[in-house]
Amino acid sequence: MQYALYNRMTRANSRMMYGVCVAFTAAILLLLILVTGYLISIGIGSITLDFFRKLPIPNGMEGYPGGLKNGLVGTGILIALASAIGIPVGMLAGIYLSEYSANSLLATPTRFICDVLSGVPSIVVGILGYELVVRPIGHHNGYAGAAALAFIMVPIIARTTEEMLRLVPNSYREASIALGATKARTIMKVVVPAATGSIITGVMLAVARVAGETAPLLFTALGSRLLTTNPAEPFPSLTREIFELARGPEPAQHRLAWAGILVLIALIFVLNLTVRFFSQSVRGRVAHA
Amino acid sequence: MREPIMDVEDEAEVEVTREREQRPAPPRRPLVREIPAPPKPGNGEPGAAAEPPVTPEPTAPEMHASRAASLGATTEVHPELAAERHVLAADEFCLFYGKNKALHEINMQIAEGKVTALVGPSGCGKSTLLRSINRLNDLIDNVRTEGKITYHGQNVYARGIDVIELRKRLGMVFQKQNPFPMSIFENVVYARRIAGERNRHLLHEVCERSLRSAALWDEVRDRLQSSALGLSGGQQQRLCIARAIAAEPDVLLMDEPCSALDPIATSKIEDLIHELRRKYTVVIVTHNMQQAARVSDFTAFMYLGRLVEYGPTASIFQNPRLKQTEDYVTGRFG
Repeated sequence: MQYALYNRMTRANSRMMYGVCVAFTAAILLLLILVTGYLISIGIGSITLDFFRKLPIPNGMEGYPGGLKNGLVGTGILIALASAIGIPVGMLAGIYLSEYSANSLLATPTRFICDVLSGVPSIVVGILGYELVVRPIGHHNGYAGAAALAFIMVPIIARTTEEMLRLVPNSYREASIALGATKARTIMKVVVPAATGSIITGVMLAVARVAGETAPLLFTALGSRLLTTNPAEPFPSLTREIFELARGPEPAQHRLAWAGILVLIALIFVLNLTVRFFSQSVRGRVAHA
Repeated sequence: MREPIMDVEDEAEVEVTREREQRPAPPRRPLVREIPAPPKPGNGEPGAAAEPPVTPEPTAPEMHASRAASLGATTEVHPELAAERHVLAADEFCLFYGKNKALHEINMQIAEGKVTALVGPSGCGKSTLLRSINRLNDLIDNVRTEGKITYHGQNVYARGIDVIELRKRLGMVFQKQNPFPMSIFENVVYARRIAGERNRHLLHEVCERSLRSAALWDEVRDRLQSSALGLSGGQQQRLCIARAIAAEPDVLLMDEPCSALDPIATSKIEDLIHELRRKYTVVIVTHNMQQAARVSDFTAFMYLGRLVEYGPTASIFQNPRLKQTEDYVTGRFG
């Protein structure tokens, strides 16, 4: 009798738990659909060919409000530059942390600082970039922006690389060493390739993260109404253009900003999808290691 | 290290010798590097204790130390063993994990072209001893060694030993099959690739020969380019053996190669060990008494980090000198 009652209670509990989990998952999904739907409904109308072809045009001039070609190109170059600095630095640091020195005097503080830096507000990174790069050069420039973005990427990439390399079974390392490989060769030919899929995922997530950053660029790249590919000048970016347009008084500017946001979200979405596709096809090979 | 064996006994061995010479050997570096004099302290490998620069020493049986282990271990070398050519020899070899002494004054010789089994209960130091031979224990922090292990008369813990070259000559097969997450082909030729071999024709030749030696060729010849992880456990282990063979070692160290395999795969590996025995010197760690009895020529029984009894497999199993050995091999403890 008692057993049956207990059993019924347990089953009720179990069902309730399931129900709560489903409800909250659905809530998240709903929120996502609402946000995306809202963005699309407002922004889609303003996405024209001109958006990609033209620069922002001031009010009163022909073609107003123009497009965000400068921002798109600027963000692209900034991400490329930041990746060129951040990915190698982060990955090599991650390799050091995982493979060379698990608990050395250099590794333990580095790991701690990486964790702290991942949580630092990005505006602080912007100020740092201003002090370290903009002030010595004397004016705002694209390199400073890229450096600030790289600064955000490095700790994320270093830590993911480290974590992913740690997941590589030690038996791979032993097998390689026992075959007469040096440590460097073991890392380059066996350990890193075995973790490539997950490292790519980590790197792409870091890229996606900085692609949406605005604050670090305010003090460093500044922004520009012109199309430029020279990072030594003040440099445009999509996020910064959206910020400016959203502050403007004109509804036409706001519409352009919405379109910019939509394009940015689409970019990050596509980036994430690509990453997922990539990592799954790569991880498939390493699956049951 | 690759000179023909002079005192060959039967025709099969002559054939093997010829075959060994015909195989295109990979380029060999000298095992001992030029030793800068005077040697600076602290620039050696972690395991390299303060050994003076070595000169090759004879591994004659009389070198066998006379220290009696506390368990009453035998101190004489079995005459059958003494009559063999010795590839490897441990001389008063001790190993410490931090302060914990894991191996106590091991003295043993490994006969060339024979299968030597290391048996004993878990934690008795079998694997540790095996991994000391190719210095894989260097990868572990806090490992310290005393005494010597000699390979063709050369102390492998001596300063100036080229560990990389040493490991190329001592192939290893692990407890858990561990093929790299690459294609079957790339797994087999890994050792050659890292040695800088680029000639595809030669690599294919090495691949086929090694896979044939490991009795795997017929099963994988059509899918050399597919992932090694798609093979069954037993196939993976034979692939690991092929991978070790491809480096042209003269000793194969096997650390419980069958413990993760089913009986059928196990019997295939055992057949393979039989095939490999004359071409290579095999040292095999095993938990399985029957396996030791089936595959080995010599058996060493270890207990609590000491070598308790060592001799021809038949005499260890049928006529052990010590009560403890008898209890273990008959399954009364362990």
